[in-house]
Amino acid sequence: MNKAIQLNDRFGAATTGKLGMWLFLVMDALTFGTILIGGIGLRNAADVWPTAGLILNVPLTAFNTFLLICSSFTMVMALNGVQKGDRKSFIKYLALTIGGGVIFLGVQVYEYTHFILGSNELGVVLSQSGFSGTQFLPFTGMYGAVFYTTTSFHALHVLTGVIYLSVILTQAVKGQYGSDNYDRVEVAGLFWHFVDLIWILVFTLIYLL
Amino acid sequence: MYTVHHKESFWAKYIFSTDHKIIGLQYGITSLVWLLFGFTLMMIMRYQLAYPESPVPFIGGLLGDGGILPSEMYNSLGVMHGTIMIFLGVVPLAFGAFGNYFLPLQIGAIDMAFPKLNASSYWMYFVGSVIMVIGFFVPGGAANSGWTSYPPLANIATMGQTVWLFGMVMLITSSLLGSINILVTVIQLRTDGMTWLKLPIFVWGQFITAFLLILAFPPLEAAGVLQLMDRLAGTSFFMPSGLVVSGEVMTNAGGGSPLLWQHLFWFLAHPEVYVLILPAFGIVTEVMANNIRKPIWGYKALVYSMIFLGFMSFIVWAHHMYLTGMGTTIGAFFQTTTMIISIPSVVILTALLISLWGGSIRFNTPMLFALGFLPMFGIGGLTGLPLGLAASDIHLHDTYYVIGHFHYVVAPGTIFALFAGIYYWFPKMTGKRTNETLGKLHFFFSFIFMNGVFMPMFVQGLAGVSRRLWDGGEVYAHAADYLYLNEVMSVSAWLLGLAQIFFIVNMIISLKGEKTGEVNPWNATTLDWTDTTSPPLGHGNFEKIPVVHRGPYEYSVPGSKVDFIPQSEKG
Repeated sequence: MNKAIQLNDRFGAATTGKLGMWLFLVMDALTFGTILIGGIGLRNAADVWPTAGLILNVPLTAFNTFLLICSSFTMVMALNGVQKGDRKSFIKYLALTIGGGVIFLGVQVYEYTHFILGSNELGVVLSQSGFSGTQFLPFTGMYGAVFYTTTSFHALHVLTGVIYLSVILTQAVKGQYGSDNYDRVEVAGLFWHFVDLIWILVFTLIYLL
Repeated sequence: MYTVHHKESFWAKYIFSTDHKIIGLQYGITSLVWLLFGFTLMMIMRYQLAYPESPVPFIGGLLGDGGILPSEMYNSLGVMHGTIMIFLGVVPLAFGAFGNYFLPLQIGAIDMAFPKLNASSYWMYFVGSVIMVIGFFVPGGAANSGWTSYPPLANIATMGQTVWLFGMVMLITSSLLGSINILVTVIQLRTDGMTWLKLPIFVWGQFITAFLLILAFPPLEAAGVLQLMDRLAGTSFFMPSGLVVSGEVMTNAGGGSPLLWQHLFWFLAHPEVYVLILPAFGIVTEVMANNIRKPIWGYKALVYSMIFLGFMSFIVWAHHMYLTGMGTTIGAFFQTTTMIISIPSVVILTALLISLWGGSIRFNTPMLFALGFLPMFGIGGLTGLPLGLAASDIHLHDTYYVIGHFHYVVAPGTIFALFAGIYYWFPKMTGKRTNETLGKLHFFFSFIFMNGVFMPMFVQGLAGVSRRLWDGGEVYAHAADYLYLNEVMSVSAWLLGLAQIFFIVNMIISLKGEKTGEVNPWNATTLDWTDTTSPPLGHGNFEKIPVVHRGPYEYSVPGSKVDFIPQSEKG
């Protein structure tokens, strides 16, 4: 054992894992920031930009947003559980968090399918917005490009988060974590909260404005 | 947390190792192979430039009809030369190899903060580099839209561009994971007593480089994703409305902005220049401090200049874009920041130059390369100033002058520093010494031919010869008087290639040689040389973790019996 490895007082109380995750989040925030700010710029330059809520189903996605925020809450509860050594509530809340992520992705797949298969109803809304055809696709104007790129990039993060948390869950079931060993759970939680936070920005910029 | 294995199979020990030293060697060997490969591509291009439309000897059969290099392939070679040299060669060597191997040693750590992440960054780099080269075998050849991949040209280019983008996303991800590792390692794993201002300059260089990478690469990653969407999903992020290609109006939705790519690209690519140069400053400082046998002049000035340089590098990117029609106000802003960023560079170079004053210099191979670095980087830096001013840039933009400037910074600049590092740390990596005669021959021939390649580029550029010309400028009447230089440069380039044989032979001979058993052959002060076991080091690095009591460059301390006092020595 190396003394230097154990000394975790060099950056506040952060462990190496936590500091690494924070740096990763800085990097990821910049990537998302570029996509979001680029989207805003392209929107300002675009000739056609539909009214909010005309093409996209805002109530459905509002439910999805609510779900994701709830899953952040259950993540906090899971961490709380493992910190107190309450293994049962830790595993229960962790499973709920993963469930929230899975349902979120399911709703998004439903939304995408609806747009890609297209319908006459969709065609009416699209023509009201200044587009032709009955399908809403990545090349349906700059609107489609920004919508699909931003939401699918976010969905990839949710998918990563679900896999990440599932690994933690498997380890938790095997009894790897306890009140004296929960650093990895906390670090995974950071990522999950970040994905949630980004979604609030995506929801506001793409769906509401 | 870490266990020391005694019996490991070859695969576990050298291929899937998580030991930072082995990963450093993996990075080093892979990137040296790519450097040679990228250099070979350029030697083929230089044949076409020196003797336009005549068959290339030896490998002509691979290229096209009658052995003449086709113009499309010339473009591909240009892109791949740039990409391979920077992203597959110099950055992985300077940051991946040297950073991995020597940074933990210099701060007294037993490994990087995340050994598994470290191994996966190497493998991601390896896969990314293979993807890059696969581009040569897809229909239409490798990417051919310039190493900057400007849309809309890159958007409508052949399939090689898609392969290039996939490769780039892999390489960027690898660099990002690597830089997180370096940052956390420096912040968390410094040994007792190793305060920030006792860090060797090499560590500072790597640390600031990691910061630059983590802040500059994400926008390019995002831009790469957007260009992939444009090419694969049919979006129009970078495609303007009403674009006409070969007389036909493009059918894409349009409304995109090609300029957006340029901004995102240069927002990475300018800090990238400092990613190339900061590790080089670090290596040169280490080698020089050791061989002048006195402290580096202005340690704090060096550190603060490097930090300031890193910060400023984020607000100069648009000086690559004066010709895009930007307003004079914006232009004035970027001219000013560009002039300001030259100040810390000059401070660093001056500090190193003044350090030589009064030193009893040992002219060994690493020192020669480090000394060669100073004027070469100086030329590269000073010739950059006219490019930073909009008025003169209008004349020089996209000419060979730019190529000359950039290569002076990176080729005789950074690559000389990297050679200095290889010769300097070779005894640490292998326990053996390199051959001094071969090393000196390598240096002097490289030095002469490097200048033979790049100096005429300034002349051609000032005469107005554009870059990226397949025929080397034959179609331009105004360039006619300067085209003879093409042959000078090409012959120098091939001789430069031959000069590298000294290096390769030296490496092979030295590796086969006997171990010297010396722990500290250069009488150096930093922690990487303090260990008592004979190199190469085992997993875990130190028999006893050193504790730091003094600054990194305590050479020729008055009153001391020996002319160096290691950082770990009490007193």
